[in-house]
Amino acid sequence: MRFTLKKDKSGVVIVGVEGQLIVGNRQELKQKVLDALEEGSRKFVIDFSKTGYIDSSGLGVLVSLSKKIREQGGELRLAGLNADLQTLFELTKLDTLFAITRTAEEALAAF
Amino acid sequence: MKLDVPSDLGMVGDAVELVATHLPPGTLSPRRISFNLRTALAEALGNAIRYGNGEDPDRFVRVYVELGGDFVRIHVDDDGHGFDSSRVPDPTHPDNLEREYGRGLFVIRHLVDDVAFNEKGNGICLTLRAG
Repeated sequence: MRFTLKKDKSGVVIVGVEGQLIVGNRQELKQKVLDALEEGSRKFVIDFSKTGYIDSSGLGVLVSLSKKIREQGGELRLAGLNADLQTLFELTKLDTLFAITRTAEEALAAF
Repeated sequence: MKLDVPSDLGMVGDAVELVATHLPPGTLSPRRISFNLRTALAEALGNAIRYGNGEDPDRFVRVYVELGGDFVRIHVDDDGHGFDSSRVPDPTHPDNLEREYGRGLFVIRHLVDDVAFNEKGNGICLTLRAG
């Protein structure tokens, strides 16, 4: 499992989540995104196309990050959810809280 | 299969992989193992380590995997005082939607076929059936 951060030419930070986002690694993701927010980034896409599973702690950290980014006038978008992860967001109704796109490219285009 | 997991949240991912990769082929579909079982077990372990054992390094979470012809049953027990599962608020209620915590049990209930607790409330049993 690992997290990758890269910035596209328009300044959007794209965060890749490889493996899983769970109770054991959620703080690492949170800190990386908060560091980028602190450094001035305001637009974020988290790309889950290489993610196997997310537990409720992982979902919780996404909720927390979304709030913090919004408070700074920014936006967090999610992309690349597989069918199981999409269902997870729907049953927890978190699909109503986040802008979710099929691919990271679609998320970037929507900013 | 029996496993004693240290009360360290950083161990959850490895413990989940250990269980998931040691199930005999054909017990559950690959998709159920890769998503339902892994997510539900991560939830149960995280709850047991954090809330049950208070992340006390001297305590362990005990995992016991029971295999049937058409089911996998996973028992996860901690040393805590237990909790009343009926008093967990609905995380999908609009008032709770933006809360960071409180979705674990809700997620577990939707991913496995049966959830049971011991009388004290410090042991959970997850059953996933084939199919």
